[in-house]
Amino acid sequence: MHSIRKNFKIIVSSAAVGLAVAAIIAITRGHTFAVLDPQGAIATQQRTILIIATVLILVIVLPVIAMTFAIAWRYREQNTKARYTPDWDGDGRLETIWWGIPVLIIIALSSVIWTSSHALDPYKPIASATPPLQVQVVALPWKWLFIYPEQHIASVNLLKMPVGRPVEFTITSDAAMNSLWIPQLGGQVYAMAGMNTKLHLIADKTGNYRGSSANISGTGFADMHFIASAVSSDDFATWATSVQNSGKDLTQTSYATLARPGTLPSPDFYRATDATLYDTIINKYMYPAGTPPDGGSMEHTMMGH
Amino acid sequence: MLGRLSWAAFPHEMIVLGGAVSMVGAVALIIAALSYFKLWTWLWREWLTSLDPKRIGVMYGVVGGVMLVRGVIDTALLRTQQALAAGDNPGILTSDHFQQIFTAHGTMMIFFVAMGLMFAIINLILPLQLGARDVAFPFLNSVSFWLFAAGAILVNVSLVIGEFAATGWLAYPPLSGIASSPGVGVDYWLWSLQIAGVGSLLSGINFLVTILRMRAPGMTLKKMPIFAWSVLGSMTLVAFAFPILTATLAMLSLDRLLGMHFFTSEAGGNPMMYINLIWAWGHPEVYILILPAFGIFSEIVATFSRKRLFGYMSMVYAIGAITFLSFIVWLHHFFTMGAGANVNAFFGIMTAVIAVPTGVKVFNWLFTMYRGRIRFATPMLWFMGFVVTFTIGGMTGVLMSVPAIDFQVHNSLFLVAHFHNMIIGGVLFGYFAGFSYWFPKVFGFTLNERLGKYAFWCWIIGFLLAFMPLYILGFMGATRRLDHYDASLGWQGLFIVAGVGVLVILMGIGFQALQIIVSIVQRNKHRDTTGDPWNGRTLEWSTSSPAPAYNFAITPKVESRDPFWEAKQARGKTLPLQHATKEYVDIYLPKNTPLGIYIAVSSFVVGFSVIWHIWWLAVIGFIGVIAFIIIRSFDEDTEIKISAAELKKADAARLALHEAAR
Repeated sequence: MHSIRKNFKIIVSSAAVGLAVAAIIAITRGHTFAVLDPQGAIATQQRTILIIATVLILVIVLPVIAMTFAIAWRYREQNTKARYTPDWDGDGRLETIWWGIPVLIIIALSSVIWTSSHALDPYKPIASATPPLQVQVVALPWKWLFIYPEQHIASVNLLKMPVGRPVEFTITSDAAMNSLWIPQLGGQVYAMAGMNTKLHLIADKTGNYRGSSANISGTGFADMHFIASAVSSDDFATWATSVQNSGKDLTQTSYATLARPGTLPSPDFYRATDATLYDTIINKYMYPAGTPPDGGSMEHTMMGH
Repeated sequence: MLGRLSWAAFPHEMIVLGGAVSMVGAVALIIAALSYFKLWTWLWREWLTSLDPKRIGVMYGVVGGVMLVRGVIDTALLRTQQALAAGDNPGILTSDHFQQIFTAHGTMMIFFVAMGLMFAIINLILPLQLGARDVAFPFLNSVSFWLFAAGAILVNVSLVIGEFAATGWLAYPPLSGIASSPGVGVDYWLWSLQIAGVGSLLSGINFLVTILRMRAPGMTLKKMPIFAWSVLGSMTLVAFAFPILTATLAMLSLDRLLGMHFFTSEAGGNPMMYINLIWAWGHPEVYILILPAFGIFSEIVATFSRKRLFGYMSMVYAIGAITFLSFIVWLHHFFTMGAGANVNAFFGIMTAVIAVPTGVKVFNWLFTMYRGRIRFATPMLWFMGFVVTFTIGGMTGVLMSVPAIDFQVHNSLFLVAHFHNMIIGGVLFGYFAGFSYWFPKVFGFTLNERLGKYAFWCWIIGFLLAFMPLYILGFMGATRRLDHYDASLGWQGLFIVAGVGVLVILMGIGFQALQIIVSIVQRNKHRDTTGDPWNGRTLEWSTSSPAPAYNFAITPKVESRDPFWEAKQARGKTLPLQHATKEYVDIYLPKNTPLGIYIAVSSFVVGFSVIWHIWWLAVIGFIGVIAFIIIRSFDEDTEIKISAAELKKADAARLALHEAAR
């Protein structure tokens, strides 16, 4: 009778776990697991490191969980046959082993950390035959402005990029701190007012990938997402030309309107002929009343760069 | 006259109004009940003005428990919003209100629930475990508690008068600056934390000195219970980390109040400095909370396995290593801020290294159980739940210590799931275990085991339901703090599961409340007349339950790590302990004083009036703080004597009772 009840418990709990897994598969089916479904070289490498690190850690975590239940079961008080040594409180060799095993795993992991931090430094240009496309990113309340200085255009909440060509993002914010994240291409770097940060990404396949801000920046924060659209280089050129021929200019005045707090329901496009705009946005945080001193670099540089 | 305060500050929106009304209603109900049963004098004399750490501990526990309920109700609102607000459905909350709630939730849970329950358990148990009669500075202890309570009340006042910060629980500038957040919300956040933070710092110093100076004769550091070691580590961190918090909050206040530029984006200010400073406090804070939980589990595993703790010195070194390392990992909270690869790699490796001493602790617990005789009472169930959730959380934590991985999960719901794994599965489970373990010592009767086990199962199942979907959502690209999202993303199902998890956790809290009520009703059935309901090992079990105000009639003398257990083994079940003196001697205990309350009330007045720019009132409050400190320093009559004869009589009665029980 007792054993039936025990088996019953095991059956019920495994059924519950099975149901939960099935339910999760059912409700997420057909949707993108962005981090696990990379579409660019950086995100792909990041996923590889995620897998390596997970396996390394599971080597120790799975035995620990298994041991916990095995020991708990074997030495339960009802089992009077099990050995009981109330005064046994240490063993140099055993303790050396479990200082040693985690040390070895962490040494292995540390080498992964060291090499991957350098290989996937967001500031590091991606090796490629074609020079990277320059995109200046300004986080506004609550929308993303992408300026293409070489194409003299700008877009809001839509990031067009040619597939297979690295993109060098130069990032700032004209508001609260934000974070630029496109999970299927890789991530993520903060956007901060008065400062430049950098991110290098590449798309390997054409497609539309969701990007968003990952850092709380005020009331409209939840709407601060955009589409990163990777297209062929011909399509990119066509798109750039069409934006150049579109009506609106991104001047200091129209920028000021755009920068006002508010969300933007659909993407917007501008000609961006003022090459100094991005620097102006950064520099207005540098000195009181916008009076830059003569000469010199006006950017804050980040630690280590 | 009243600064920024006007009728507009009172709630107008339905849900806010509901919250405000129910809170005011609850307070009114409590006041009415106390008046009806004529309990005010009793409350004032026995509790509010008490300097007995056991009473102060209970008061910390009550505040922490009430704040836990509020924090979980916040969660229920947040998850309801997220379960509903897919696509065009606006849900039940506005963006601004949603943001205030998650900010309040984080602030509440860390500062007033976790810190509160931690100081509750330390106050209740540490002096007893050390064989001490009191803490080093009893009056300071009362001041600490009341400053903590004042901070907690100030946060809750924001629900009725004004608003709370909508910036996230660490209020990064420039969002928390005066330009982006001109309202009183951030000021409420600043001043409630400032006041409670000073209380925490004073407590930290108090317990540090208590451990170093107040141990029973013979209790060398290496014979100290491991819980005391974990508190030593934790309080060292408090003493070093909380001044950083105080200074950081002060600088942000100056930016907001006087237009200074410590952390602004303009005029040479630098928000990155704030982010560094707040995490230089914030990361040690995590270990401040978890170390005592480790200590609690060490005591529980040894007691319920009826075996000595395995690897005592390993445990001590592990605590030391964690204490040290926790100060050199803060940058892992912002690998994404653009530091170079070398800097990121250094902090990543240091973070991963913490897994080593933590892992050693887990192995030592397992080998304490190995060849033991394990009794699965409620505290031990919490331990089992802890090992599972904590190793999962540890694993995801180590994953995020790799900067290249962190870039892809930072500020996503993966991160949220990770730290709840540590704070709920680690910290909270630890304190709940300690609660059910030491409850009989504090109140003199054991808790209902059946309801305790129901509560545990609700918590663990609710926890898994509420947070495992968040890991998946993180991989799907869901960032934290979203009040709505596109239906096409397919996130809604998982948010609904997470919401159900919160309901199950609420049931767990319901069972905990019921457990306390039922246990009080049945208290005579479950009296702990022996003082030792679990067959304990350390000194707290050698005195009666509840322990008398003076803890021990004669100060015990300690010769081993498990003095009470050894005594029981050696002498059968009669007079179990070695004593420091042969005879009873006169002892002195601190007298009750209301000055701690007065200082805290004055601090509250300062905080409230600075928030609302009522400057004259702020000056009065500040003068009050100084005046009450001066008054206390001139008070010579602060102790009462308990004579040797009285002690002898009381102790004889206690021993007779124990004898009868055995």
